[in-house]
Amino acid sequence: MAQALSRRLFLKGSALIGCSAAAHPLMSGITLASAPWDRRLVVIILRGAMDGLDVVRPIGDPGFAALRPGFADGAAGDGLPLDGYYALHPALAGLKPWWDSGELAFIHAVSTPYRDKRSHFDGQDLLEAGTGFDLPQVAVQDGWLNRMLQSVPGMQAETAFALGRDEMKVLRGDAAFTQWSPANSLSLTPQSRLLLERVYHEDALFRDAALSAMDLAEKLADPAEMAEMAAMEAGMKADMASAAIPARIDPVAAFAAARLNEETRIAAFSIAGWDTHRDQATGLRRALTGLQNTLLTLKDGLGANWGNTAVVAMTEFGRTARQNGSNGTDHGTGGLMLVAGGAVKGGRVLGQWPGLAEADLYARRDLMPTSDVRAHAAWVMRGMFGLNAGLIEQTVFPGLDMGSDLGLLL
Amino acid sequence: MISSATIAAIRFGFGRAPGVEPPQDAAALLADLAGDDRMAGRFPVTRFDETVAEAQAYLAAQRAARGVKASGKAPDPAAVAALKLAKRQLGERYQGGAALTLARAVAAPVGFRERLVWFWADHFTVRSKTTAQMMGPLAYVDDAIRPRISGKFGDLLVAAALHPVMLVYLDQIGSFGPNSPFALRQNRGLNENLAREILELHSMGVDGSYSQDDVRSFANLLTGLTFSLATGFQFSPRMSEPGAEVVLGKSYGSDGPAKLEDVVAALHDIALHPDTAHHIAHKLAVHFVADAPDPGLVSAMETAYSGTGGDLAAVYAAMLDHPAAWEPVFHKVRQPMDFMATALRALAVPPHRLVNLPAKLVQAHLVVPLQLMGQPFQQPTGPNGWPEEAEAWITPAGLAARIQWALTAPSRLEAELPDPRTMVTEALADAASPDLVLAAERAESIPEGIGIILASPEFNRR
Repeated sequence: MAQALSRRLFLKGSALIGCSAAAHPLMSGITLASAPWDRRLVVIILRGAMDGLDVVRPIGDPGFAALRPGFADGAAGDGLPLDGYYALHPALAGLKPWWDSGELAFIHAVSTPYRDKRSHFDGQDLLEAGTGFDLPQVAVQDGWLNRMLQSVPGMQAETAFALGRDEMKVLRGDAAFTQWSPANSLSLTPQSRLLLERVYHEDALFRDAALSAMDLAEKLADPAEMAEMAAMEAGMKADMASAAIPARIDPVAAFAAARLNEETRIAAFSIAGWDTHRDQATGLRRALTGLQNTLLTLKDGLGANWGNTAVVAMTEFGRTARQNGSNGTDHGTGGLMLVAGGAVKGGRVLGQWPGLAEADLYARRDLMPTSDVRAHAAWVMRGMFGLNAGLIEQTVFPGLDMGSDLGLLL
Repeated sequence: MISSATIAAIRFGFGRAPGVEPPQDAAALLADLAGDDRMAGRFPVTRFDETVAEAQAYLAAQRAARGVKASGKAPDPAAVAALKLAKRQLGERYQGGAALTLARAVAAPVGFRERLVWFWADHFTVRSKTTAQMMGPLAYVDDAIRPRISGKFGDLLVAAALHPVMLVYLDQIGSFGPNSPFALRQNRGLNENLAREILELHSMGVDGSYSQDDVRSFANLLTGLTFSLATGFQFSPRMSEPGAEVVLGKSYGSDGPAKLEDVVAALHDIALHPDTAHHIAHKLAVHFVADAPDPGLVSAMETAYSGTGGDLAAVYAAMLDHPAAWEPVFHKVRQPMDFMATALRALAVPPHRLVNLPAKLVQAHLVVPLQLMGQPFQQPTGPNGWPEEAEAWITPAGLAARIQWALTAPSRLEAELPDPRTMVTEALADAASPDLVLAAERAESIPEGIGIILASPEFNRR
């Protein structure tokens, strides 16, 4: 859930934790080592089922306009033309320059293997587990990003970072990772820390979480970092006047960027608010504005590292092709994936377009999925981190057929 | 071996409180469900119809302040100030709802009834979508949930599903029979949201044997249910889809005017479906006993459900009668609100002090810490409510927020802190580990000792 944080709170969180140059071993106990890669991957889970048809509008499809006559933004009218066939939702106008410079791509009509029940919660669980639906839910214990970490040697806990208060099941699993929410803080005396370590010692769940938290907290208490924070805050004030800073800094994205500028190479967080059953014009605009702020904040915070970054945003499923009875859309199937970053070969809407005639729809109601969202994530991981296809198809996304490379990366 | 009295208080209540005799066994827990709802009487909330009147007054204040702006004249400072004041007061009362909910948990001698109220309020999650109706969810819990937690599940389902706060939250007020006179004239139609979530979340569960066609027909059947601040709850046949609807193989309604009774009949049938019996039994066992509960426990509860037509008191009795419910291992982690209530109870913070706490302290020591622990009051992300798994709560950030609150909040909420060496035994009895007892002795100060106890695994598990 997006929280309105004061700028000061944001600065405190990101500057204190984010500007440290010191690496630290966390749960894993592995000693300091340089990160295995220069490249950075950000995975954003869009919870609630984003309506891809309204975000990247297929205005060239003759069936499109009739499906959504009631939306206040109009089916096509105010969208920003992309390539003649598709138009971008106006709430993402701030990303249009990225499209023009090739830093933004979309893949239409994607889905996980999840079908028919259209439950957000099972849909998200499957998306984060990265498995097919052949495994029972109880058997899926870890997320695909965690399985990726498990299969690469030399990982540190801080290589992967889960951000925010919601648990990121995509990172759940045996490989060590770090989790923090930029609004949180923890201040302990040495004696408190000793006593807490003692009472947590026998309980692995509490022990691991506490050690990770206390380690981050020690950074918070570092006087050098306090000075750095003050300097950064002063610098930020000056920056705020310039147009380069997004309208509203997203604290989670700013924190993620700060970590990615240090040892972290993989960051994962979620953005909720996509379940637009009613008055979609208002709800989707709000959600897209948040997503745009997140992406602009990430690029701004990453600076030169943006060139080595790919951001992948994915949602559990799409929404009905037709608007429903209350100017919204209900749960559907085929959806949209967003890929952005300096490492991305963008300016393209990819994916095979299935068409919107009634016979072309899934169950005569939803956009027909034509590719697996996991396959695109797989190609990004392969391109970014050099993982081999066999490992991805057997371990990271067991049973996946990666298909052909769409060339998402430069 | 941890005694059953300790387990009864920790697993099925809000822990032990100094000077309060803990429930000794299943019978004492079940006895808590009989008789008057004393906590609701002692700490009353604003009734739903009053919240409607207040929401209308708030919207009037909003129009007064904005109407002047729209006319292009300088805003009327008095109207703007009145709106600002109304908004602040509403926000403070909303946050006060957190203090009141905690006060009931702290004051309840046994706590099983309050724990069940919290469980069902989460099962039938709602959330306010507007500032004006911010007090709705608190009233909804007292109106729809509290009086029905020990009766038939069907009655609880009907009360929750038809309550205006639910109709607004899951978009039922925007759903109209596609062929109803209203929809044809206004060019409106169906919205599946409430129908789907009733089947998926409230009754049969996502693995239940319903199909997309059932969701659709059930959504058609639900059309006609509506609510507005001006008219209140209504069943409007003009908004209903004409004709009968087949839901789960059974036909409801006729070619005559649509009737609310058909909706109620369908809900009662859904409540009695075997998938619902399983889903409810399993969910209760997950919440109270273990994230992966003993199948025999679930099965016993399911049998009790089916054998009594969904009598919830019988389901609770079956749970408490099963040995798995008394396993002396604390698998579950208290959610943040539950953790806070248990801590305030162990500290013997007087409940009247909680309800009279100044708004600033409510925000600083209750509302903001709940956010930081990952459970902002009455603001779950989705209609599935809060997660049950221990891993979802004991994250580095979530645990840090618990530790920070444990070390700092007690001295700001309770003037005279207990001696940690006594408190560890009073609060946890034979559930306290030797390490924790030792840590309580070795703390450098009383607030630190109390903080260590409250932050300990023993205190956070149940």
